[in-house]
Amino acid sequence: MAWLAIGAVALARPHALRVVRLLFNAGAVIGVAIAVIAVMALRDRPEAIVLPLGLPDLPFHLRLDALSASFLVLLGSASAAISLYSSGYFRAEETTAPGLICFQYHAFLAAMGLVLVADDAYVFMVAWETMALASFFLVTTDHRVPEIRRAAFLYLLVAHVGAIGILLCFGVLQGGRGDYTFDAMRAVTLAGNWPSVAFFLALFGFGAKAGVLPLHVWLPEAHPAAPSPVSAMMSGVMLKLAIYGLIRVTFDLLHVQLWWWGAIALALGLMTALFGVIFAAAQTDMKRLLAYSSIENIGIIIVGIALTILFKANMKPLLAAIALTAVLYHCINHAFFKSLLFLATGSVMHATHERSLGKLGGLIHRMPWVAWLALVGTLATAGLPPLNGFVSEWLLLQAFLFTPSLPQSFVNMLVPVAAAALVLAVALSAYVMVKFYGVIFLGRPREPHLSHAQDAGPRERTALAALAAGCILLGVFPVTVIGAIDNVNAQLLATTIGRSAESNWLMLAPIAADRSSYSPLIVLAVIVAVVLVTINVVHRRWHGRVRRAPAWDCGFPLQTPRMQDTAEGFGQPIRQVFEPFFRMERHLPTPFDARPRYAVTATDPLWHWLYWPIVRATDAVARFAGLIQRGRIAVYLTYSFVTLLALLLFVR
Amino acid sequence: MTIAGLLSQLLQVTVALLLAPILVGWVNQCRAWLQNKRAPSLLLPYRTINKLFTKDAVIAENASPIFRVTPYIVFGAMCCAAAIVPSLATALPFARAADAIALVGLFALARVFIALAAMDIGTSFGSLGARREMFIGFLAEPALLMVLFTASLISGSTSLPTIVDTLAHRELAIYPSLAFAGVAFTMVSLAENARIPIDNPTTHLELTMIHEAMILEYSARHLALLEWASALKLFNYSCIGLALFFPFGIAEGTHGLAMLGAAPVLVLKLAIGGALLALIETLSAKLRIFRAPEFLGTAFLLAVLGMLVHLLLGS
Repeated sequence: MAWLAIGAVALARPHALRVVRLLFNAGAVIGVAIAVIAVMALRDRPEAIVLPLGLPDLPFHLRLDALSASFLVLLGSASAAISLYSSGYFRAEETTAPGLICFQYHAFLAAMGLVLVADDAYVFMVAWETMALASFFLVTTDHRVPEIRRAAFLYLLVAHVGAIGILLCFGVLQGGRGDYTFDAMRAVTLAGNWPSVAFFLALFGFGAKAGVLPLHVWLPEAHPAAPSPVSAMMSGVMLKLAIYGLIRVTFDLLHVQLWWWGAIALALGLMTALFGVIFAAAQTDMKRLLAYSSIENIGIIIVGIALTILFKANMKPLLAAIALTAVLYHCINHAFFKSLLFLATGSVMHATHERSLGKLGGLIHRMPWVAWLALVGTLATAGLPPLNGFVSEWLLLQAFLFTPSLPQSFVNMLVPVAAAALVLAVALSAYVMVKFYGVIFLGRPREPHLSHAQDAGPRERTALAALAAGCILLGVFPVTVIGAIDNVNAQLLATTIGRSAESNWLMLAPIAADRSSYSPLIVLAVIVAVVLVTINVVHRRWHGRVRRAPAWDCGFPLQTPRMQDTAEGFGQPIRQVFEPFFRMERHLPTPFDARPRYAVTATDPLWHWLYWPIVRATDAVARFAGLIQRGRIAVYLTYSFVTLLALLLFVR
Repeated sequence: MTIAGLLSQLLQVTVALLLAPILVGWVNQCRAWLQNKRAPSLLLPYRTINKLFTKDAVIAENASPIFRVTPYIVFGAMCCAAAIVPSLATALPFARAADAIALVGLFALARVFIALAAMDIGTSFGSLGARREMFIGFLAEPALLMVLFTASLISGSTSLPTIVDTLAHRELAIYPSLAFAGVAFTMVSLAENARIPIDNPTTHLELTMIHEAMILEYSARHLALLEWASALKLFNYSCIGLALFFPFGIAEGTHGLAMLGAAPVLVLKLAIGGALLALIETLSAKLRIFRAPEFLGTAFLLAVLGMLVHLLLGS
């Protein structure tokens, strides 16, 4: 609500940049407040209120339980940092007035908050659509560029196709009673195949928003088009809301879970993860690369949900709890590290006005703050210990390892292959992240104007530092975080992993200490200690002298920055190995070209196989409709007359 | 954590630090003999490391702090891994802090840092090496994890001490799943430790090298630490292999005498393993870089097969 108020104030003074900056800071404070309240609400009993708003006879039902509280924590904490960053990011020279951006941004935040506390389908859909519209306007902030308008349109289209799926899903869930509150849906027992229909409608609808495989196309278009804080918000937070919706429908509103849903979702999630990461490796635009990496992470989360369904359907609550914990943990982690990286690309773009990886390089010297903070995000995204990305992947792999106890032997055979594919995706993401970081921040500047790049301002630095600190804390104190997440397990699965763990605050051991244990704090402490001792010993026993000289490079004297790997070059091995996945077009120069140009584009084959046929079919239908629409009143009157006659025929 | 536990932990790491360069020297010696050359001294790696430590470090003008801190981080990660891998004893206090998955994560951490440092100077060889290393790594890492998963499925645990205890107490027989996993593990170790047929540790042909291309810009103490770290990596991989497939003679308590008894057994096993490594390197030729995916894909497939065999046959 307070976010809406901020938005309204901003609307009153759309061009006053200073006011807008203050308002963004106020938004950040509210974000922190919401996160704190939500943390406290995690342990409380669910609270429900009914607001006399909305249509007559359709009041707003709101409810705050552990599941929505855990996502509110995510929303509050990530949005606090992003708001703080935005207050330093938006300048007067944007195409849209800063006050307007501020209004849209806060409306977006308020809608996301409302989605999380909604307790009937009506409020949920209203908030969901407000969220889609507000984010659509945010994506079109720079609406003078045709590509951005096109990307935003695509986003709006997919968002609405997804919304239809969600609407139909709620329609199925209410079970013919006409009562659309979530309480009524919980009470309904759907007969026959209806639960499956509801689940797959939800998977379709929320999958469109989250970017699950065939519906992912808007993500790599919309994320680069939006301003960086907005991309961070969309990728870090909005995608997670789709996950929230899926969890809410699957584990809360539906009364049964069938194992074959899990098998299908598992396959879908793995395909999404692998597809996302392979395409991320081939990208040359830094925000597009991050967008594909988001698709990969959503795939990993879907895999976790699929495992939860498998375990829940087979009455293994403890394992289901581990998988669900991994899902929620990864949601929070992804919100932190992906927001951090998107904001870092925003700073890089402000400093250099470049988005293409092939024109960056060496920025660690010019922008040390952004570079070092982005390093934390990079390592976390790559899933390396002792940072946060590793913890959730570790939990997920633990859940995988204990799958062979399932009764369906088919799934039992499938699972090792699935685990292998998941590990492959995680290992590839390390490749992608080395490419991302190495090409942008390391090496030598590929363009001369990069040497004038300025580091980010203090507010942007603080925001980045807060997110980086979040990544480290989430990585080092997993037991505390899991203790908080356990409340959601208690709510949805009626079990907790806290009781069965022999873990103390240092040691994470979800099942038993002799089965598996992990203590990131000790690992971190040992590595740091070894590093310090080694530095000390080396400098005392021998010496610490350093000379600076030109790079050696096997004695080759004519080194230019152009000889470094470009983004294309770095991704080339992946392109070659996974060639069948791409649709590649190559323009190779002949030896006789005076100005040789080499260009290669790797595009998404799904556009070719799925989307262009749909577009062509739509065009054909539209042309047919165009034949009917002549634009003359007389013709329309004839239509009405004929319809009337036909109706009379029926009614008689 | 008791004092005795801490001491035995320190003992294991110290043994690893001391034995690692000798293992490299031994492999080089064996290879020289097999190739009818005169072998260098067993202690040559030590002398090299000492020599490098005394030299002045020369660093490229545009090197960032990442370049300077990487050797220490890589060394730290490898020491950490040496503390986890059950080489002398299983019941070490630190071994609970990280299981098999975290161990793979530690190796990945070292690899990512070394690749970043290679890209830092901005030379063509550096980024070429980084790209190839990450390329090999993304194929080798899943295969390694699958091998460890097979072992974890057998013992119902991802904790290395439990795995080794379980494997050591089974009756002596050839288990098909472990046989598959063993072959896969050997292939992965060759790739990860920059050995023929994937990489050549002695090469000076720039276009064929991977690991050497990445550390081309390093000199003096930084190079010494990186060399030591890669020796430690070889040692760690050897110990993982020995612990998984020949888990006999590893002390089960933290008793000092038991660990001292385990040390000669470890040296003997490492000597045989190193000789075999030299034999493999002598008998095979280096693959072209784009044949490496086939090699590692085979390893990956074998590891997954091992897992499936375990699930199907229960052995």
